[in-house]
Amino acid sequence: MSRATATDLVYLIAIVGFILALKGLSSPKRARLGNLVGAAGMLVAVAWTFSRPEVYGTTRNLILIVVAVVVGTIIGVPAARMVKMTAMPQMVAIFNGVGGGAAALVSLTEFIALPSKSIAIYKICEVLFGVLVGAVSFSGSAIAFAKLQELMTGRPVTYPAQQPLNAALGLGILALLVASVATASTPLVVVVLALSLVLGVAFVLPIGGADVPVLISLLNSFTGLAVAASGFTLNSTLLIVAGTLVGASGILLTRMMSQAMGRSLPNILFSAFGSVITAGGGEAGEEGRPVRSGTADDIGVLLAYARKVAIVPGYGLAVAQAQHTARELADALAERGVEVYYAIHPVAGRMPGHMNVLLAEANVPYDQLKEMDEANPEMSTTDVALVVGANDTVNPAANNTPGSPIYGMPIVHADQAENIIFLKRSMRPGFAGIDNELLYDPKTTMLFGDAKDSLTKLVAAVKAA
Amino acid sequence: MIVASVGPGLLSLITVFVLAAFVGYEVVSKVPSILHTPLMSGSNAIHGIILVGTMLVLGEAHGAAQLTLGFLAVVLATLNVVGGFVVTDRMLEMFKARPTPRREAEEDKGGSAA
Repeated sequence: MSRATATDLVYLIAIVGFILALKGLSSPKRARLGNLVGAAGMLVAVAWTFSRPEVYGTTRNLILIVVAVVVGTIIGVPAARMVKMTAMPQMVAIFNGVGGGAAALVSLTEFIALPSKSIAIYKICEVLFGVLVGAVSFSGSAIAFAKLQELMTGRPVTYPAQQPLNAALGLGILALLVASVATASTPLVVVVLALSLVLGVAFVLPIGGADVPVLISLLNSFTGLAVAASGFTLNSTLLIVAGTLVGASGILLTRMMSQAMGRSLPNILFSAFGSVITAGGGEAGEEGRPVRSGTADDIGVLLAYARKVAIVPGYGLAVAQAQHTARELADALAERGVEVYYAIHPVAGRMPGHMNVLLAEANVPYDQLKEMDEANPEMSTTDVALVVGANDTVNPAANNTPGSPIYGMPIVHADQAENIIFLKRSMRPGFAGIDNELLYDPKTTMLFGDAKDSLTKLVAAVKAA
Repeated sequence: MIVASVGPGLLSLITVFVLAAFVGYEVVSKVPSILHTPLMSGSNAIHGIILVGTMLVLGEAHGAAQLTLGFLAVVLATLNVVGGFVVTDRMLEMFKARPTPRREAEEDKGGSAA
């Protein structure tokens, strides 16, 4: 077997590892294993690359490579190990950014190394794509990091004439790209790199801190594409496949993340531009307020991996005769070691004690039933409050909106739980006919449908998780 | 003009690219939302494969400019790889299956105390 064939085979093994890693990372059971499989693939590919004559051919260069890898490891491992759990998103941002930067540098360096006269046009296009996208990812990630790390304001940064300026920047880069293709001049490509860095900053500045995770996912996908472009430049199937896998899955993941937030991607990326146009226009109306809705599978996983779950039953549960299914869900969760309790509002349902009766009928263990006053102190340590067909009895307006018809009514403090899930048939207000602020809370996920159907789906999802 | 310069080698690379795009899209078609961040982080580590590209470029670099850019690229790519995988692993530690249901755990505790 020739060396080139062996290299291709080893790289194929690495590629299979990457695909299995992505597959594994999509399910909670195999996620950690998936990540290890990916790391193993990476190790195999990098280790084998050291045996290639291109790498060890020049001793000086080989030493530089080893030193660079050691430097990167010495900085990277402790940084990744010591960072607090809450700071993880910005670490992802920064590690993504350096990957984009590396891809841009590979494209640029390879371009400099090409013999100047005989460059095919498609080669220049590949290089320019790698430089442009890699650099945008690098500087964009740096700004995303600064926003999350609170080195700068997390609010959308807007300035006068932002849109025209960005348009001018885009057009300028486009013109430069055309000129670079025509002339194959190295200085022009360096200018493209510089302007791409500016573009990345301009792209990220107007995006608010809460939306930055979605943005990082998008930039992650960009880096994947930049790596694929470098793969074309270097004629490397390994780089093309791995980069494209990340590029394609990253775009899908970005869409899923924005959907989970109840927003569209263009809305996340460009809404601050809109706020420049309508400056002083005031708050958006009630209609079209973003509501986050999830799938039963999503919520099932959230429940299955929670420590403490509160079920807050209401009229919807009674109407749907869902008390038996609710108990099934509680049992499935308890089997996994999740602590489950029911938080019973005295007037939940349509009559006092309605819920206790229903749940007793379903043989819910007595010690799981907690009256409102007993349940409320527990709420702040509860991971998930699962509100089944209740609405007014968890409406924070009762506490904080003096004008509200229900102001002063004691409520179950589902709003204090880490996550709130509403099983509800629609966005229609509850019995009291007033809007519930909690439905729009960023911690809230809606699962629309009949309470019994939804609970049945959740039971299945929890068992599968 | 561009098409005229495309050889069979490039075409097979494009084929690989298109197929990989479909695989990437399909393989993550269903992800529960609590895994969105770990998946993002894990795929972030995977594009660290640019490390292989940076090594090849630096290995064949000539002159100060190429050597400097290549060296910087290898450092950045290494950061991407090691940081990416370590961060992902730390995130996923949180998803470790709980060892035993609570009741058994309590019995264990009781047993050791007795």
